[in-house]
Amino acid sequence: MAAEATPALAEDSGGPRASGPRATGPRATGRRAGRVGSGYPRYVAGKVGGAVVSLLAVLVTSFFLFRLIPGDPVKFMTGGRQVSAEQLAAYRQEFGLDLPLWKQFTNYCGQALTGGLGTSYQFRAPVIDKITEALPNTLLLTGTAFVLYTLLGVWLGARAAWRGGGPGDRFNTGLALTLYSIPSFWLGLLLIIVFAVGMGPIPGLFPTGGMESGGQEGFAYAVDVAHHLVLPVVTLVAVEYGQTLLVTRSALLDEMGGDYLTTARAKGLRDDLVRRRHAVPNAMLPTVTLIFVNLGRTVAGVILVETVFSWPGLGGLFYQALSVPDLPLVQGLFFVFAAAVIVMNTLADLVYPLLDPRVGR
Amino acid sequence: MDRQDQYGGGPTRPSSRPTGRAPRLLAGSAAAALTLTAALTTPLDPAPRRAHAAEEKVLTVAVAQSVDSLSPFLATRLVSTSIHRLVYEYLTNYDPSDNRAIPGLATQWETTDDKLTWTYRIRSNSTWSDGRRVTAEDAAWTFNKMMTDKGAATAAGSFVANFKKVTAPSPTKLVIRLKKPQATMAALDVPIVPKHVWEKVGDVSKFNNDKTFPIVGNGPFILTGYKADSYVRLKANRTFWRGAPKFDELLFKYYKDGDAAVAALQKGEVSFVSGLTPAQAAALKGRPDIEVNDAPGRRFYALATNPGARAQDGTEFGDGHGSLRDQKVRHALFMAVDRKTIIDRVFQGHAIAGAGYIPPRFAPYSWKPSRKQELAYDPKKAARLLDEAGYEKNDEGKRLGKDGKPITYRVLCHATDPNDKAVGKYLQEWWGELGIGVSLDCRDNVTDPWLAGTYDLAFDGWSVNPDPDYVLSIHTCAALPKTRKETGATDNFICDKKYDKLYERQLAEHDPAKRAAIVKEMESRLYDTGYMNVIAYPNAVEAYRTDQIASIEAMPRSGGNIYGQDGYWSWWSAVPAESSGKSSEGAGSTGVIVGIVTGVVVLTGVAVLLGLRRRATADDRE
Repeated sequence: MAAEATPALAEDSGGPRASGPRATGPRATGRRAGRVGSGYPRYVAGKVGGAVVSLLAVLVTSFFLFRLIPGDPVKFMTGGRQVSAEQLAAYRQEFGLDLPLWKQFTNYCGQALTGGLGTSYQFRAPVIDKITEALPNTLLLTGTAFVLYTLLGVWLGARAAWRGGGPGDRFNTGLALTLYSIPSFWLGLLLIIVFAVGMGPIPGLFPTGGMESGGQEGFAYAVDVAHHLVLPVVTLVAVEYGQTLLVTRSALLDEMGGDYLTTARAKGLRDDLVRRRHAVPNAMLPTVTLIFVNLGRTVAGVILVETVFSWPGLGGLFYQALSVPDLPLVQGLFFVFAAAVIVMNTLADLVYPLLDPRVGR
Repeated sequence: MDRQDQYGGGPTRPSSRPTGRAPRLLAGSAAAALTLTAALTTPLDPAPRRAHAAEEKVLTVAVAQSVDSLSPFLATRLVSTSIHRLVYEYLTNYDPSDNRAIPGLATQWETTDDKLTWTYRIRSNSTWSDGRRVTAEDAAWTFNKMMTDKGAATAAGSFVANFKKVTAPSPTKLVIRLKKPQATMAALDVPIVPKHVWEKVGDVSKFNNDKTFPIVGNGPFILTGYKADSYVRLKANRTFWRGAPKFDELLFKYYKDGDAAVAALQKGEVSFVSGLTPAQAAALKGRPDIEVNDAPGRRFYALATNPGARAQDGTEFGDGHGSLRDQKVRHALFMAVDRKTIIDRVFQGHAIAGAGYIPPRFAPYSWKPSRKQELAYDPKKAARLLDEAGYEKNDEGKRLGKDGKPITYRVLCHATDPNDKAVGKYLQEWWGELGIGVSLDCRDNVTDPWLAGTYDLAFDGWSVNPDPDYVLSIHTCAALPKTRKETGATDNFICDKKYDKLYERQLAEHDPAKRAAIVKEMESRLYDTGYMNVIAYPNAVEAYRTDQIASIEAMPRSGGNIYGQDGYWSWWSAVPAESSGKSSEGAGSTGVIVGIVTGVVVLTGVAVLLGLRRRATADDRE
């Protein structure tokens, strides 16, 4: 496989990829495109195997990592209450914290292998239940925002690059950078004050927070949730689209000097079409990388935006779990977050050869 | 170049077309999303909500704390126990004017001379929301469950730890036998649950009571719905024995961010917000339709010293600074604290200057030092005391400890409490002038160094109950950990024989006035030891909309607070305002117009855009 084309997803922070799959080479010429190399099954097996190993590593790490957090969950939970030493001991026993660490670890592993993530200390409910309760809320928020900011970022990024250096480019890039630099909670609060409470001639159009007014069902409920969704999604899109824009823009700028574009133009194609059909698809690889990274992140939720808009998602749950520390819940959430990123990275790895046959050969 | 023939070549390959169409699709989806967004700006739901409000008066309260459990056997957080107060009747309640124990589920109670047998008469006019009558058997079952099932003792086990036997000889008679006298028998904060519902629950320690609604209860409200971190919904209990609440519905709505909650109050989306910061209170003050309630709180805010951590078996541990074992040093430190500045600058006036251990809100137990006794702000005298104690300044103006090193105290502070940090800065200045250094040790979780005794001073604070027994008990020698490895209930390892004797006396004293006198004596003793010094009693700052709530009962009745009361008085007594529900109407109709206009503009724009694109691409299609 072409070394320079190995996707390095985790460390991609949005910068232009100096050496990417677009590099030309004698090996590349003459090969039929659209067909994946014959080594693909082996490539897939390697990637999936790597992902499984990573997941196991996460499982082990999450157990030990969170035991390094200072603080005794039992003391924290009973702090400020009248609790006898017997009761404290009973708590420890109930949570299994009185066992030696290796025993706790084997219990944890046994539990994980049977698909359980344990019981939350503070909510006294299975961790799985707490996660499945908040996961759809988070996915609704971050997923909607993800689709919108990705589309917006790619679209504006491509336009900006195509007219690189022009006023449109400068405006778009400047605006995106400004919004990208704004703290999301601050922007969220501003939006609440202006568009939820209302300011001057602007009426309060949206709810100030939460996911629902409560008590509705069916279609009315869906509309109600969508109504609550607008401001947090706008906040996320505003803050996030800049990254996609910048990556798409720089990737496309690198592509701009390509001979094939001159050829396309020479064929008499309109400029717009040259961009859409020829340049953008070739410049998509870094963006695809970013998209998958972002997709993996959607699961982790967004603590600040969730807090400002009182959105009952995983981000808030993670924060609550950490402050105890509610070990089973923290471990469970950490595993889910890490698993999402690993799965998405693996998917990106698997998609690459389809986009660029030199990868995975 | 390979790329070129991949896309520029034949239109036959499936991969080229979708990619070629992508920008159009993209524009289309983005437009659709925008249209959706625009359409949603039309507040479709305020209409039904307004109609709803016309029939039903809803009191919406902003809350931030997550519910830990809705099971009365497990819940310990304020939000959950407050809800249980509303849903289940307790044996007794507290008088909203003076915190005295008054009838709840029990109409009267009496004890034998040895104070070991308590008999409660259970009222016959209380019914569960499923229609069954509440009897003494329900109460007996609740207490027995807590005494026999470790899981059921999670939340309030301390109340029954001293119970010997609980029986219900008749439906209106409950008898509790004790192992030794207990002062809190008229203040048992234990929700009584319906036996016929709860005896079917298998493992109480795993049952959160949050799956089937409505939850069978007998309080002023009935819990009808709950969604974690979204809302808790309660309906008025029309058959409540004390009388039905005036609002039809009580909705606790989650606002995880204080500023967002304040915004919701300004808009009228919520009727009540608590826990305001000075800045938020200032912003709300003087606004039409909003009343800010700046009430004396139930907390004290104090500085505690580490007098040397130790266990009951005599082992000493921790590394508290030796100089703090000297009463003169402790007094000197507190004499160099200017409470007035702290109240004015840190609390911005939303607090009362500290004196005795128990906040003045609990009038019967409130105590103030006499003029002679008072450790008033006097930096000169403080310096003199330190000189007398043998901690004199060196050439650089620093006071040296017995080890010859300059004294620097580690002050444990809560990283989550901005007040701690602000007061800490003042301490650095004031004690610095005395020649003593201060290093602030701010942590998210202070329990570990606290219990290990690895601090010199600490910011301390407790929320006090109408019955002060607990906050008094945490300074007794009996509260020290038994051994170094165990955890005691002790607050700061204080162990003072004189204080302990007084504690025993008040515990056995059942005459309220005499007991209060002993409690005040204890406060005086605690003050004199200088182990801890109350700096302030922070106010409970809250606000509500007067166009939604016409009146609401505070506790104590005059100048008290509304959220987190010891009874259900506030929400039970709240009277809806005439105009309740109208507030959002104006914004609603404007919203509809703006929403429709925006939607039309966006749709037209999208249509034009797509039309242009289609024409252009049609010309260029290969």
